[in-house]
Amino acid sequence: MVLKIFFPQCCTTADSGLLVGCWIPDQDSAVVLAVVHYPFIPGQVKRYLTEIRSQTDVDLTVLGSWSMPKEGQEGMDSFLKDLSTIFPHSRWLQLSREIGKRGEGSVRDENEKVIIVHYDQRKVMLSQLHPVQEGVSHSKMEQSALRAVFHTVAQSHPLFFIDKYDDGPLKLTHWQSEGREASIIAELVKQGSVPVCKLLTWMLSLWSWLGSIRLLNVPPVRFISSKLSTCVQLGYRTEHLQTVSSTRKATEHMEFMRKANIFVSFLLDMALGLLLIAWLYRENRIGKLASTLVPVADHVAKELRELLEWLMGAPAGLKMNRALDQVLGRFFIYHIHLWISYIHLMSPFIEMILWYVGLSACLGLTFALSVLSDMVALLTFHIYCFYVYGARLYCLKIYGLSSLWRLFRGKKWNVLRQRVDSCSYDMDQLFIGTLLFTILLFLLPTTALYYLVFTLLRLVVVLFQGLIHLAVDLLNSFPLFAMGLRVCRPYRLAEGVKFRVLCEEEGTPLHLMMEINPIKVSAVLQYYRTPTYSCYPRDSWMALCKKLFVGELIYPWKHKTTKTD
Amino acid sequence: MADDSLTDIYGNRIGVACRCHSDLCREVTVSGPKLSLRSVLVYTCGVWLLAYAAFCCTENTAVLSCAIILTLVGLMVYIHFFKVDHESLLIIGSLGVQLSSSYASGRECTSFIEMSKIKDVVINEAVYMHRVIYYLCILIKDPADPHAVSSVLPLFQSSKPRLKCLIEVYKTCQEILAQS
Repeated sequence: MVLKIFFPQCCTTADSGLLVGCWIPDQDSAVVLAVVHYPFIPGQVKRYLTEIRSQTDVDLTVLGSWSMPKEGQEGMDSFLKDLSTIFPHSRWLQLSREIGKRGEGSVRDENEKVIIVHYDQRKVMLSQLHPVQEGVSHSKMEQSALRAVFHTVAQSHPLFFIDKYDDGPLKLTHWQSEGREASIIAELVKQGSVPVCKLLTWMLSLWSWLGSIRLLNVPPVRFISSKLSTCVQLGYRTEHLQTVSSTRKATEHMEFMRKANIFVSFLLDMALGLLLIAWLYRENRIGKLASTLVPVADHVAKELRELLEWLMGAPAGLKMNRALDQVLGRFFIYHIHLWISYIHLMSPFIEMILWYVGLSACLGLTFALSVLSDMVALLTFHIYCFYVYGARLYCLKIYGLSSLWRLFRGKKWNVLRQRVDSCSYDMDQLFIGTLLFTILLFLLPTTALYYLVFTLLRLVVVLFQGLIHLAVDLLNSFPLFAMGLRVCRPYRLAEGVKFRVLCEEEGTPLHLMMEINPIKVSAVLQYYRTPTYSCYPRDSWMALCKKLFVGELIYPWKHKTTKTD
Repeated sequence: MADDSLTDIYGNRIGVACRCHSDLCREVTVSGPKLSLRSVLVYTCGVWLLAYAAFCCTENTAVLSCAIILTLVGLMVYIHFFKVDHESLLIIGSLGVQLSSSYASGRECTSFIEMSKIKDVVINEAVYMHRVIYYLCILIKDPADPHAVSSVLPLFQSSKPRLKCLIEVYKTCQEILAQS
């Protein structure tokens, strides 16, 4: 078996001393975590190691000795060799640095092949291997050697607290031995965030209590609030904030990343919302918007009326059934008239409503977009109504036609067996059936044309709303923090490792440099995308076309909530 | 081992270099043909002539600037994402196998497979239309069943060397794998 020694780069210039680390017996490897310098008292070293072993679950032992030849320390080599008798071990490593050559040599007891892998301790400690396996350290499953190395270094956090300026009995060399790095701002923010989180949690509990009172949970209110995307977004953001403001520190990597992603996307949302407000409320844009809203609604109504009058005539040269045409056309024109009167009734209040609704953008750009989507839905409610009327009429006609067509051929739909059976009809049944069939057939083009026109209009509105929802979803779910980490600190999100052969010489073991291979950008999205209610088409294209042909009402966007209903 | 008569499956000349870092570690680099100046010139001239013809018809200078931008962007995308300069295989006994492709712009794309996941390195043959192509591949173990193969990872996908070269690489790999 080949022995693999993972040696930190920061220790290659350390003074002579003891190697402290951990064995990974299954893979026949050793991870060196620090070097304890001479002079030391063996009893104190043993005590310190037991202390660290109890704080973490890393099996720290003395692995061997490290010698860096210096002037005036010729007796060091034999002294270090004698140390192997003091510390209990199954194997003893002896690494020595040879000045003048670039590499290191190693003197071993047995004749075995050795590979020395150099690694950057700080990067390996901070990095996280993907795919993330949480809690696997508790199971006795076989881990790959690399995962074991990463896990060991990450868990040995308490070992890296002693730096070389400490007055303690031991002097260690590791990546932090020049002194612990910390930033005052980060510490202050950490201290200050605890009361802020407590306040936020209290406010959120108040808000959710308000939301759950009996009056607001009456079914009609609940139905409306499930249809309005603003309420959905509000509920969703409350959930997010509850995740972020919990005072419990995130122990696992995925939890920490989720909190960070939600926090950063929330900040971005607020910033964009405030920018929008700053732009909207300057130069009285709200007033201009309000004053153009009523003329636009009027214009749309006029266009619709012209469209209906065109349909009532001879649209595209087709000859329609005069009576039905007039009935349907007048029915829809009356609706438009009602709608326009309603809009005109509201017109004095529109500016005020818009002004207050625009303020909701301070809660975030996603809110502003949801409000826009809801406003579009409300303003095009008449188109939705027309679509429903047209679709229902068409659907009834199609069902009637198909049923009477079966009668025409002497067949019947068997509801019990869900199949078409033959049936003998009476003479008068056949007569009336055929008559009705003919009537429905000749009225089909008229109804079909109305249905087609209003379905197209409805699809345009749905498309617009769908685009807005896509934008909202993107803002909600994009993992900004993870993406920023991938761009600025790529070693923290690791897919694997890369090896590079350092200079090789005869007689010395193989030296490799282990570097971290960061994950691909598409993998960041895959692992860290915040689960949201994603708007995706409920039906495939074929199913959608079939529904349109038959006249069933379509709700193309399915809202999937994260909670199970 | 740098043989001049090695070609890839289409007949283009490739270069193969094998380095022995130690008796546990070998590295094989297969380099494909470099980006030829002739093809770049042909492509650029073709696009610009078309753009000039369009300009003569429409008298709009935006067509010319579009053509320039298109040529530049197309060239950059090609050398950064598509043109592979060389592919290398670094095999380290009892540690694993590292595959790396480096593109003409200098970008390197590396992946490392641990020895515990590798079942074997074999030469497979694939029948594609009227030709039989030999390729070297790594058999990856299934974590649930150590005797089953969960996936096959083909090597040297862009340079596609022929059987003679593959046999040399295969022998090198088997020497190292036999030791661990």
